[in-house]
Amino acid sequence: MAAKTSHKVLRFYSILFLVYMLLPLAVMGGAAFNDSRFPSIMPWQGFTWRWFIELYNDSTLWGASFNTLLTALAVVALSVPIGTAGALLVNSLKGRSRTLLYATMIAPVLTPGAVIGISTFLFWYHFNVQAGLHLSALGQTSFIAAYVMLMVLARLQSFDAGLEEAALDLGASHWQMLKRVLLPHLYPALGAGAVLAFFQSVENFNTTLFTRGSQQTLMVYVGSKVRSGITPTINALAMIIIAITVISAVAYEIKRRREVARLAAIDTP
Amino acid sequence: MGELLRRYGKGLTTLAIALTAFWLLMLVIFPYLDLFEQSFRPYLPAVDIGGPKDVYSLNNYYTFINGEPIFTIPILGIGPSIHTWVFLVTIFYSCVVTVFALLICYPLAYYLAKIIQPKSLPSYLLLLVIPMWVSELLRSFSWFVLLAFKGPLTVILQTLGIITDPVHWTWGLGGYAGIIIGLSYSYILFMLFPLYNAMSSLDTNQIEASEDLGAKWWQTHWRVIVPHSKPGIASGCVTVFMLSVGSILVPTLLASPSSRWFTEIIQQWMFEGQDWNTGAAYAFLLLIVCTIFVTLMMRLFKVGLADIAK
Repeated sequence: MAAKTSHKVLRFYSILFLVYMLLPLAVMGGAAFNDSRFPSIMPWQGFTWRWFIELYNDSTLWGASFNTLLTALAVVALSVPIGTAGALLVNSLKGRSRTLLYATMIAPVLTPGAVIGISTFLFWYHFNVQAGLHLSALGQTSFIAAYVMLMVLARLQSFDAGLEEAALDLGASHWQMLKRVLLPHLYPALGAGAVLAFFQSVENFNTTLFTRGSQQTLMVYVGSKVRSGITPTINALAMIIIAITVISAVAYEIKRRREVARLAAIDTP
Repeated sequence: MGELLRRYGKGLTTLAIALTAFWLLMLVIFPYLDLFEQSFRPYLPAVDIGGPKDVYSLNNYYTFINGEPIFTIPILGIGPSIHTWVFLVTIFYSCVVTVFALLICYPLAYYLAKIIQPKSLPSYLLLLVIPMWVSELLRSFSWFVLLAFKGPLTVILQTLGIITDPVHWTWGLGGYAGIIIGLSYSYILFMLFPLYNAMSSLDTNQIEASEDLGAKWWQTHWRVIVPHSKPGIASGCVTVFMLSVGSILVPTLLASPSSRWFTEIIQQWMFEGQDWNTGAAYAFLLLIVCTIFVTLMMRLFKVGLADIAK
């Protein structure tokens, strides 16, 4: 009986945690509709779309969003092939050399973004590469490629190397084997890696701050706005981002439930 | 190498090695080495670089410990400079946040891994993905909104009659209350997910066996669940500590008049002071702290680097 009580307490605790995680976001989003100069829901001054309209008319924001999109696409284009190549190398090594290579690859994941940003900026400065979005993309790739590498490596564990051999024995070239056998097996990991790389790049602040030069990205622009004087337009942006996240989450959940229902339908004869 | 060539042929092997070499050399190893090297050089105008003034010295690190002591330790008669003090305070509060996150997440991870109805688990995790994906900036901004002077929290508590005068929430705990609250909220999920992953790989039969053999609930946790969760604990602690110590957004947004974070000093050198070499030295100190922390965690929990990052 005691176990039941503790389960109830834990259940209550888990709901409390959910409230803790979601309530601040709800308050922040709600403030976007408050007709008050300050980003707050209290005192409530009446409903308004004003902050969304101001946000829409902010041309710097549009430019910054475009820059963010460009950078994120560049990061995806760099980190997916690099991470995949890294995973293939690690996977075919054993012992000491594997450990060393692996450690070097995940070092950037365990490094503060500011350190990555500064070292990237100083290093490329020697080659007369000035700071800018291209440098932000390189800095971000250094650790985002590691995420892709980890995802591909996990997927490689379930790969039957016998298939590779079979393809080669049957006369396929190495490129054909890659295209027809290995890559199709890796597609789920590559897709997930690309999505992760994209959003990691979009939300990056620390590394971008030191490598961007005078370019604005969405996060850096909003971050600087927060310092220079806060208006509820930031809440309006927050509301939009939250809405996008919630919609994607709901879409994913619906898809998952359908899948569960489909599998259940197959199971029952 | 032989295996690589056999499996992927010359062309593919060369390509894979070239891509990996570009990544590890040009984006990781050389930049880190360069940061280290630059940190021993003086900051000079472009014409003087490589000239007689461009010599190695410990001056940049001396700047870190030099300066008016902000207090003196009795007996020893010495004290930390302001930069050293901010450095230590940053490490201290990052440790506090890490421990706090671990304590909050442990019971929850256990509940999610072993007790919750399997049917409701995916929905629960999905709801947690929302704060995870709205970005670090918005997570910290949400607490900026909540804790604002005369903001929602104040108004609610005033309405309930708990407080009468508005409170500067971020000023508490020596001026670091806002930062601690913000860091905990922003990074707590980076503790929860690895812990949950580690615990869900534990065979529930082991817990039942421990209970059947008469272990008290805390004995089961201490002898069975915690040892099994070590990789998750280490991974979560390393991530939360690293993110906290290197955070820029949270200490800016939730600052108080008396709070200073080490990354703010680094930014001063890089942007306002325009002294990139001292900035490099300070960034390198931050890197060393994180390296030491990772090593400590690996020793403490007897786990490998591969367990920490997966």
